[in-house]
Amino acid sequence: MADLTAFQSWIAACSESITAHADDLTELDRAIGDADHGSNMRRGMTACAALAEQEDFSSIDAYLKKVGMTLVSTVGGASGPLYGTFFLRLAGPLAASEDVGAREFGQALRAGVEGIVARGKAEAGDKTMYDAFSPALDAFESTAGSGSELAEALRAAADAAAQGRDATEPMVARKGRASYLGERSAGHQDPGATSATLLIEAAAKTLS
Amino acid sequence: MKKLLNDPADVVVEALAGMAAAHPDHLRVDLDHKLVLRAGSPVSGKVALVSGGGSGHEPLHGGFVGRGMLDAACAGEVFTSPVPDQILAATTAVDGGAGVLHIVKNYTGDVMNFEMAAELAADSGVQVEAVVTDDDVAVQDSLYTAGRRGVGVTVLLEKIVGAAAEEGQDLATCADLARRVNAQGRSMGIALTSCTVPAAGKPTFELADDEMEIGIGIHGEPGRSTEKLAPARDVAARLVEPVVSDLGLERGESVIAFVNGMGGTPLLELYVMYGEVARLLEDAGITVARSLVGNYITSLEMAGCSVTLLRVDEEMVRLWDAPVDTPGLRWGG
Repeated sequence: MADLTAFQSWIAACSESITAHADDLTELDRAIGDADHGSNMRRGMTACAALAEQEDFSSIDAYLKKVGMTLVSTVGGASGPLYGTFFLRLAGPLAASEDVGAREFGQALRAGVEGIVARGKAEAGDKTMYDAFSPALDAFESTAGSGSELAEALRAAADAAAQGRDATEPMVARKGRASYLGERSAGHQDPGATSATLLIEAAAKTLS
Repeated sequence: MKKLLNDPADVVVEALAGMAAAHPDHLRVDLDHKLVLRAGSPVSGKVALVSGGGSGHEPLHGGFVGRGMLDAACAGEVFTSPVPDQILAATTAVDGGAGVLHIVKNYTGDVMNFEMAAELAADSGVQVEAVVTDDDVAVQDSLYTAGRRGVGVTVLLEKIVGAAAEEGQDLATCADLARRVNAQGRSMGIALTSCTVPAAGKPTFELADDEMEIGIGIHGEPGRSTEKLAPARDVAARLVEPVVSDLGLERGESVIAFVNGMGGTPLLELYVMYGEVARLLEDAGITVARSLVGNYITSLEMAGCSVTLLRVDEEMVRLWDAPVDTPGLRWGG
């Protein structure tokens, strides 16, 4: 079961991982976008990681909502509203929880991913962050559904996200700035699917 | 990277502070929210125009704040959309009671952030209408892309609708006019060089000395194809033909013809391009009612240009001619 401290560790791990990979994310974005994904995400996640020290949070959902609002106001671009919406919606199903297990996290993850779809209107295969989130959600639900604990379900989700991320490389983008390139977007891994995978991998390392 | 900077992280705020120092009669700035606000705003009873987007396109949008054009501009990081807090702060700061028109260039991030801000503004009781510009014919407008990008038409729209708001037209009328302008305008651009985002420190894409990139946007994103550089007359034809064809312009129609520099091409070359564009239009029997040549919606130091044609009626020409007094565009009494 994951408590507030565990969720704060998750966000700290997200910030560390995004910071460590910021140049890689920017490099991927240079190929098919506008070379700012790494710096934007690093700015946003650094601000989120600082929240735990700036404020006392009374609950997991209040904390995740603040993370979402912070991303919306610091990241910019499309990633700000999309990741912001993810964390805002993730908070919803956890409203009454002090300790989160696999079943509850599955509901929250579903709400978060559905929020991304509502905001970005992406479908599977559009070469977006959804191509990492969608298989991650499926893997989480099927692993948790067969009785596994949170940590195990998250490890399955992280593996599926990484496979989904790798599968974006040959895709032709149909959403976001990369879509302007048409066929020329093929052959490059999607930066959004890459950062999404980092966040899920960070969850697998911190939430149990 | 050779740029006149202090810390690359401070470029946007320092540029805004510089604008405020240079143009105190036209505007003031809110450095916390990174806003450029019209001096004396809110203007009571007038529809307020708010636009914004990533920085790096100057003078768009902040340079078009002033009488007869925008009431506020929200500056994002370089090539990054502003965030909802900024847009909301701009919207409430300039609302003069007649509502606020958001002018949004069609990029995924800009549209999402303006949408979130409009939802928040509605919650706080400000009437908001949004108009999205999408005039770039280099992008196929289909269900399978993010849609055409908003480029040159945005400048013409901000001028024309700004004049309508200044003479007291209401929010619904301004929004209708804005949609009409967007529907009647198309653009196409080329790049001769890439550009360098200050925080990234190196060029966004590679282009050899003898190459040009056709169908570029305004963010250093690569275009549709890379080709050998050609004489200006051939390049002009590559830009004018798809625009004329997409607009369905016919002999006898009138346009505003806009040759826009991307930031790194001298006016000398832009006028060579304009001469070619004017000749092509004359050959096609299309009347140039008004023209605009210069750097108005740029992509940092990128060399290159775009051509925008806007099919106009008498009303649009009258509003185009109306006085405007901003740092970036100024004429009339």
